[in-house]
Amino acid sequence: MVHFNEKSFQAALKEDGLLMVDFWAPWCGPCQMLGPVIESLAEQYEGKAVIGKVNTDEEPVLSIGLGVSNIPTVIFFKNGREIHREIGAMPPQVYARVLEENV
Amino acid sequence: MEHDVIIIGSGPAGLAAAVAARGRDKSVLVIGNRWQDSPLAKAERVENYLGLPGRTGMELLEEFHRHAEQAGAEFVTGKALALMVWNGFSVTVGSQVFKGNALILTPGVVRQSKYPGEAEFLGRGVSYCATCDGMLYRNRPVVVVGLSPDAPKEANYLKRLGCQTVYVSPKQPEGLEEDIPFLRAGRLAVKGEGTVSALEVDGAEIPCAGVFILRPAVAPTDLLPELRTENGAIQVDRQMATNLPGVFAAGDCTGAPLQAAKAVGEGHIAGLSACRYLDDLGTF
Repeated sequence: MVHFNEKSFQAALKEDGLLMVDFWAPWCGPCQMLGPVIESLAEQYEGKAVIGKVNTDEEPVLSIGLGVSNIPTVIFFKNGREIHREIGAMPPQVYARVLEENV
Repeated sequence: MEHDVIIIGSGPAGLAAAVAARGRDKSVLVIGNRWQDSPLAKAERVENYLGLPGRTGMELLEEFHRHAEQAGAEFVTGKALALMVWNGFSVTVGSQVFKGNALILTPGVVRQSKYPGEAEFLGRGVSYCATCDGMLYRNRPVVVVGLSPDAPKEANYLKRLGCQTVYVSPKQPEGLEEDIPFLRAGRLAVKGEGTVSALEVDGAEIPCAGVFILRPAVAPTDLLPELRTENGAIQVDRQMATNLPGVFAAGDCTGAPLQAAKAVGEGHIAGLSACRYLDDLGTF
C-alpha cells in the first residue's frame, strides 16, 4: 500500500501499468469502512497493480484537480490515463472486477 | 466497535427486534434517529395496541425505548450513511464505523425518489455527507437541501469551512445560523454540464458547485443495492429474512399495514431469526 503525495502520485502516473488510488480523509466514516478493503486488495494484487491512497486533507490541490468531489472516490489509471472511477464505499468485488479486466 | 446484531431503525420494529435478540443474549446496537422523531410519535391516540388502548404514540415509544434499553440494547443516534457487506456488516454513522454479524432493517417508510439530476451528478457535485465532502468545496458556493433534523448543523459546518452556503428546505429550519440564506421550496432539480452548476428551485436557478442533499434516512436499497423490493416494500419470508444472507427486515419497510402492532410482531420475529442465523454461523 502506497501513501501518495502530489510528487509520488505524478511519478506513479508516469509508469506503465495499472494504478488504483483511493481518495480518502480521516474524518470520513465511509472512508474508514473502505480502508481495510483497499488494504486487502493491495495485498491481493501485489506485483500486478499499484494500489495506493491519497489523503485529500493533505493533498487538496491534487484531489480537486482530479475532480474528486466526494470521498471515498477510487480512481483507476492505466498507462497514465484514467480509465474508471468508483464513488462511495463499495464491496471488494466491485474494485476487483475493474482490476481483473485491466491487469 | 463490534456487535452481534446491528439494527437500523429505532421505531417499534427495531426496538422489538432489539429486545428479542437481547433475550437470546446477543449484543445489539440500534442505529436510528431519536425515537421522538418516529412517525408513531405524532399519533395522538393509538386505539388498537393490544392491552394498552388510548395511549399516545409518544407514550408507547417511550415505553418501548425504555424496555429495549433495560434489556441491554445499545443505541447510536444518527443516520446510517453507508453500509458494506464484507466479513459481516459495517455501517457508517457520521465519522464512526460499527460492525455486526447480522443486520436487521427497520427504517420505516423511507422515500426513495430522487430529484431530477441527482443520480446523474452524484460524485460530480451532488453529495450526501457534508462532514465527508465539505472540505472539497472549501470557499465555493454550495446549496444544502435540508430534509433531516440535523441538516442545519451540517449547513453551519459548511459555512464555517468557508463555503458560501444557501439552505433550501420545505420547512423553516431550526438551528440554522442567521447569516445563511434560507429558501422555502418544494420543486428541485440539479443542473449542470459535466459537473453541477446550479440547483433549480421552483423554477429559479441558484448557481453552485455542490448540492448537499441531506435526508432523514438513506433508503435500504441505496445502502444495499441488491436488496429485493416490490412496490417499495422489502421482500421478506415468514422468518423476516430478505434475499440477502444475514439481512432481516421488519415493520413499515416490509409493507402495509403500517401499524405498531404489526411492526412489533415482525420485529420480534426478525430478532429471533437474526439470532438463529448467528447460531448457525457457528460463531457462538
